[in-house]
Amino acid sequence: MAKSSRSKWLLLGTVALVVLPLLLVEGKFAGSDDQATAAITHAKPGYQPWFTPIWEPPSGEVESLLFALQAAIGAGVIGYVIGKRQGLAARDDAEH
Amino acid sequence: MHIMEGYLPAKHCLAWYSVSAPFFAGGVWRIRKILAERPQARMNLAAAGAFAFVLSALKMPSVTGSCSHPTGTGFGAVVFGPAVMAVLGAMVLLFQALLLAHGGLTTLGANLFSMAIVGPWVSYGLWKLGQRLGWSVAVSMFLAAALGDLATYITTSIQLALAYPDPVGGFTTAAIKFGGIFALTQVPLAIAEGMLTVVVMDALAGKVADIRKVSILAGETR
Repeated sequence: MAKSSRSKWLLLGTVALVVLPLLLVEGKFAGSDDQATAAITHAKPGYQPWFTPIWEPPSGEVESLLFALQAAIGAGVIGYVIGKRQGLAARDDAEH
Repeated sequence: MHIMEGYLPAKHCLAWYSVSAPFFAGGVWRIRKILAERPQARMNLAAAGAFAFVLSALKMPSVTGSCSHPTGTGFGAVVFGPAVMAVLGAMVLLFQALLLAHGGLTTLGANLFSMAIVGPWVSYGLWKLGQRLGWSVAVSMFLAAALGDLATYITTSIQLALAYPDPVGGFTTAAIKFGGIFALTQVPLAIAEGMLTVVVMDALAGKVADIRKVSILAGETR
């Protein structure tokens, strides 16, 4: 199977894995760490974390901004590396 | 999803820090060695760290009706060996602990152990096993990334069960309970991570035969 078509199917499969739970499962889709917090509070009623984050995003909007920034930095680096490698390969081809 | 700030007893925090510290030191040593011996690999090393950065930011819905995120550590573990991921994973965890109040500084040692040590070593072990058993590169990479991801969250569940054993059923009941929250949620995400890892391997390695991809990415061959 050609490499590009393999990637295409794998990406389609990933999208399906993300979309299907949204369509088929009833849920609040809260974070699993919030559920774990609830489970701990259930097992040990009145538990208070002994240390709190030094800084917290002031709102859900700022938090999603920072998550998007994290993804953007990562994707940017990967895109740069792929582009750089293709540029070098093209230069090699032109020289030979 | 990492263990939340302040949710592990201080003794546990200290214990996990001391378990993770030597792996982190080993990772620093490994990265210096890789950069010295094959400087041409530095861009792919950055890409391996960036992949973990991206995937840890993607909170995806799952079949359990809750959300979690993949780890992205399997790719770097296969290409550069598991040791380097202790350092790259620490960068991701620190970013999230400081800027997103996700995970935490007190729980950093524990989260480093699950995401940046156990996960990568499981990935690396499966990759080696796949090579020995003659699995195809894509299948080996997929399984390494997917099961390394899953192993991370099983470890998280065990870490929480050790800290919060069930009043009746003890450790085992608690491990099953936390496993239901973390590990079960993670199953489709782990499959997604496995597939994305094959995609990123293909994209970064370019048009070469599958069998040569990992050694090219590692900078061992051209």
